[in-house]
Amino acid sequence: MASVSIQGLRKSFGTTPVLRGVSLDIRDGEFLTLVGPSGCGKTTLLRILAGLDHADEGVLFIGDTPVDHLPPKRRDVAMVFQSYALYPYMSVRQNMALPLLMRRLSRLQRMPLMGRWLPGTRATLSDIDSTVAETAESLGLGSLLERRPAQLSGGQRQRVALGRAMVRQPSVFLMDEPLSNLDAKLRVSTRAEIAQLHRRLGTTFVYVTHDQVEAMTMSDRVAMMMDGEILQLASPQELYDDPNDLRVAEFIGTPKANTLPATLSHDVLRVANEVWPLHGLAKRETQLRIAVRPEWWSLGSTSERTSPAEGWIDGDVSHIELLGSETLVHVQSRGVDAVMVARVTPEAARGLMPGQRLRLRTRRALVFDAQGLRIRGVRWAGGRVCDVAPADAKGPAPAVFSA
Amino acid sequence: MRSDSPLRHNPGSAQGLQRPGAQAEQWAAWLLAGPAVVLTWLMLLGPAAGVILLSLTDWTFGAPELNWIGLDNYREMWGDTAFWQSLRNTLAYVAFTVPTSVALGLAVALLIESGSSLKGLYRALFFLPVTSTLLAMALVFQFAFHPTVGIVNLALGALGLPTTDWLKNPDTALFSLGVIGIWQAVGLNMVLFLAGLKAIPKDLYEAAAIDGADSGWERFRRVTWPMLGPALVFVVTITAIRSFQVFDTVAVLTEGGPNKATSVLLYQMVQEGFSFLRSAYAAALTCIFLAFVLLLTWAQNRLLDRRAHYG
Repeated sequence: MASVSIQGLRKSFGTTPVLRGVSLDIRDGEFLTLVGPSGCGKTTLLRILAGLDHADEGVLFIGDTPVDHLPPKRRDVAMVFQSYALYPYMSVRQNMALPLLMRRLSRLQRMPLMGRWLPGTRATLSDIDSTVAETAESLGLGSLLERRPAQLSGGQRQRVALGRAMVRQPSVFLMDEPLSNLDAKLRVSTRAEIAQLHRRLGTTFVYVTHDQVEAMTMSDRVAMMMDGEILQLASPQELYDDPNDLRVAEFIGTPKANTLPATLSHDVLRVANEVWPLHGLAKRETQLRIAVRPEWWSLGSTSERTSPAEGWIDGDVSHIELLGSETLVHVQSRGVDAVMVARVTPEAARGLMPGQRLRLRTRRALVFDAQGLRIRGVRWAGGRVCDVAPADAKGPAPAVFSA
Repeated sequence: MRSDSPLRHNPGSAQGLQRPGAQAEQWAAWLLAGPAVVLTWLMLLGPAAGVILLSLTDWTFGAPELNWIGLDNYREMWGDTAFWQSLRNTLAYVAFTVPTSVALGLAVALLIESGSSLKGLYRALFFLPVTSTLLAMALVFQFAFHPTVGIVNLALGALGLPTTDWLKNPDTALFSLGVIGIWQAVGLNMVLFLAGLKAIPKDLYEAAAIDGADSGWERFRRVTWPMLGPALVFVVTITAIRSFQVFDTVAVLTEGGPNKATSVLLYQMVQEGFSFLRSAYAAALTCIFLAFVLLLTWAQNRLLDRRAHYG
């Protein structure tokens, strides 16, 4: 077990910068996820941690040891590859035993044929064998030890890859999109298994994914990366509720947060074509972006009076998605060319028809400046801070739509 | 089966009921496969059957009639010292050239693949012998092996090593031909191995590095060598078949001599068939040759099947 410390890491491939000064402290025993769209540098960062790539600048510590100059095997890390990278010509047992063979046997003892007869080899081999069997058993691979990777299903291969990483008890686990080759159903169950595995082992996990759901569901903390930088490092809930950057707000959460252009002139904030009663913005901020999460909207009719502590937007229902537990209502705004998505209870959307005109109302909104940086401390007319959940979280009473 | 199924047109005769169009599909299948079937028999299986049949007769080229003599040709072969000499020479040639050219091809491929610059140049250089006409190159080798002005003896002499007339000395003639065979085969083997090396996923080397197998020897032993298995089987088979077919260097440089020291199966076959016009006996020799090639191909398929689940 060990903490990981990354300071000022830079890396370019040719003239293309991939990492632009990344610093990150990963706590001992933490499950940290690097999440971001493809090309954001998250895999490169992981590979530099593993020692498979080298940074142009920056320092890297695992525990208290600087590891920049160490080859992968000396860093005491294990890695699960996206492709699993199992040795196709070896059985499950041999795949899982290799890291131990390389570590516990001397060069001479590993020699083909004669190595077996050197003193101590056999004892070590049987030791390795029982460790492998134990690990395999704990992953439910006990009956598959003699199979080759090609004879296994995707999920089983994934477990073997995990097993090969676990078997030598490394101080840090590195995982590069280990679930991306599994089908949707298996992905959900494996997600839970990996999280449980982390709790059981208590080892530091560094997990790379482009899937924000994986990041949200498994991690202690998430580092959201984009364009070679860490935009925000926070717990999943904090990342969702309190994003620093518009790109974070848009990347985390499905359906995506709705963003609306806003302009400020003479202390009047116009969002789309409506005036929103938001105050506390600096005068020089004239172009803004407002983000509203789908579940922050409530549906109302256009004739309803709005309170001074909420924003709203009028539009026409363009599409309705029933999910059973909730309903997604797509609303085409009239003022600007934007489709809003509202996540409401099935009851709230009952009787709603496409083409119907309605008003989306929210008592919660995130405000960003023209560069996409978050502006905090903005308040509604009533004085309530606009970016936290209102005390009576239920919101206004749902309007009743008749078919 | 339920006879009241609404799908069945004539509920009375459920047995032997044929799906409409099945007959037409069969005709279409034969029509489409027809050209390939005809050509296979005409071009491949037919001639082979012809040779086998011919080997059971006493036909000589140009003779007005032929007699069925059963296995007499093979019986004659059994007692023919020239045949045994040719077979021994061929097997010795194969046993020398195949392992050497495969090992050299692999070594060259590994060196080229691990290098960083001039890869294309080295690839082209080593591939040159494959593209050149061996007949023309044989002249160069004849000159190189020349007893007095040849570069081989000049070099050996300069180093104080014993020299000999390489192509005329019965002890070295076959070996010298083998060297030429290897020179030509290395290029093709290299290219095949390069293709095999390219197909090894980089991930495996990286996984091996993390698992602790990162020295050159461990990388080769744990990843490269086992992953090259299928390529290796293919290369060995191809090289072996080509070595069995050795003919041109023998015909041009030694004519089977001295004293049959370099007479090989194919050379004897050509002599019997085209110089002595004993076509039936040549056909019997061809059958033996075919048997060896078939054996090699069969062995290759067996080995590849065993490794099929590499996927």
